[in-house]
Amino acid sequence: MTEEIIIAGFGGQGVLSMGKILAYSGIMQDQEVAWMPSYGPEMRGGTANVTVILSDNRISSPVLQEFDTVIILNQQSMDKFEKAVKPGGVLIYDPNGIVRHPKRKDITIYKVEAAEEATRMQSAKTFNMIVLGAYLKVRPIVKMENVIKGLEKSLPERHHHLIPLNKQAIDRGMEIVKEA
Amino acid sequence: MAEYKLMKGNEVIAEAAIRCGCDAYFGYPITPQSEILETLTLRQPWLETGMVVLQAESEVAAINMVYGGAACGKKVMTSSSSPGISLKQEGITYLAGAELPCLVVNVVRGGPGLGTIQPAQSDYFQSVKGGGHGDYKLIVLAPASVQEMNDFVDLGFELAFKYRNPALILSDGVIGQMMEKVKLSPVKPRWTNEEVIKLNGSWATTGKTADRPRNVATSLELDSARQEQFNHKLQAKYKEIQEKEVRFEKIACDDAEYLFVAYGSSSRICQKAIDLAREKGIKVGLLRPITLFPYPTKAIQEMAEKVKGILAVEMSAGQMVEDVRLAVNGKVKVEHFGRFGGMIPSPNEVVKALEDLIIKG
Repeated sequence: MTEEIIIAGFGGQGVLSMGKILAYSGIMQDQEVAWMPSYGPEMRGGTANVTVILSDNRISSPVLQEFDTVIILNQQSMDKFEKAVKPGGVLIYDPNGIVRHPKRKDITIYKVEAAEEATRMQSAKTFNMIVLGAYLKVRPIVKMENVIKGLEKSLPERHHHLIPLNKQAIDRGMEIVKEA
Repeated sequence: MAEYKLMKGNEVIAEAAIRCGCDAYFGYPITPQSEILETLTLRQPWLETGMVVLQAESEVAAINMVYGGAACGKKVMTSSSSPGISLKQEGITYLAGAELPCLVVNVVRGGPGLGTIQPAQSDYFQSVKGGGHGDYKLIVLAPASVQEMNDFVDLGFELAFKYRNPALILSDGVIGQMMEKVKLSPVKPRWTNEEVIKLNGSWATTGKTADRPRNVATSLELDSARQEQFNHKLQAKYKEIQEKEVRFEKIACDDAEYLFVAYGSSSRICQKAIDLAREKGIKVGLLRPITLFPYPTKAIQEMAEKVKGILAVEMSAGQMVEDVRLAVNGKVKVEHFGRFGGMIPSPNEVVKALEDLIIKG
């Protein structure tokens, strides 16, 4: 099994840390993983994206043109990455702030109202975990116990008291994701 | 699976340096390698092993501090990215000329000049053909994964001390910034002064006693006949390195009709391109040089007997391709494909280049 994912949004949305948790979850179930961020001028106040690859085999290129799953969290990323979904692949997006919705017919498109839900949960920081929950509902490639272990590994110990809130956000994301 | 960590290539360089018993790091920040200095500063190894970590006032100062530490017989290193490595060239040729071991890490970005902070492989010529003045060579290792960033720190120091020659890790922004699963090396203690004297006392300045002649670390020799003799000695050493230290990896070469030659992050892109090409029925393999000096010339020569054409893939305008052509010596067609200035070729582009330049061309 190989899953090639790109997560794209604004800097500050937690795109990179969401990718890191996913990558750690892969390690916890003995998979090969790669995490390749955009860095430099792209990041500053603009778009941020990260490629995450989980595989049972040695991982080849960390730089890809097409992905099994594309997660899109702002309009600029929609314009850039809708076309990057492999035919038959998955696109997950938060419609918040999106004016040009995805049009492709050869892929499966899911919506997750993560920004709205994070506001409802009164914790903007849960946004990326709601998105992660949506992804794991659609593509259950890692077991929940390994995601929690991944959270423990990637969060500094002083933030470990937030793990239950993160778990709640992941569960919420799983509940609210729906096919567009 | 507790022994595996998820780390950036740059962070791993720092961690591996501490673990292999490095005595000192001297550096100056520059993207995309600043995490090396940052990680070392955060880790505070001076409390743990006594390792010195110093942000020098400039790259030139840093490489001269390396010269000083190396002359004492210590394990010392520096790191930078392309423009900073250019600044270090004077110091590097002096280190080579004084036969001092050290480790230099270049996390390459696009050039020329200040260029861009995005990844590139356009420092190949600088790394393997000189860089500074005079007839000298560096031992050049090209990691293609975060794991190799760990492994090559220890290997780089080992080879540097074995041959009393500077070693260079030639990485790039992809390998430096990427996180992968990594198994860190076991911790080795730093050499004690007694060990330094025992291992390196024949040439290092450390450990001068009343009855031992003083050792001088210099690259100056005004007597031309002696300087020629010294150059012969250097050339003999480089020849020995070429005979003994070539490292490379072959992937999918057994039934290959075509061949990619690529190192570092380009070799990773080529591995994906192999999968895509083979889905189309194109039998292509990869020869990945791990040492760029010494270069796997013989291995490429042997592959040239078996394949119909070779594509060198590199994030440059075509540098390593010259060494591929020298190895192949006209036997089969050799072309270059690359993106540069911070652009990274996609695996799909590499397959198209193979079709257009080699198969149809």
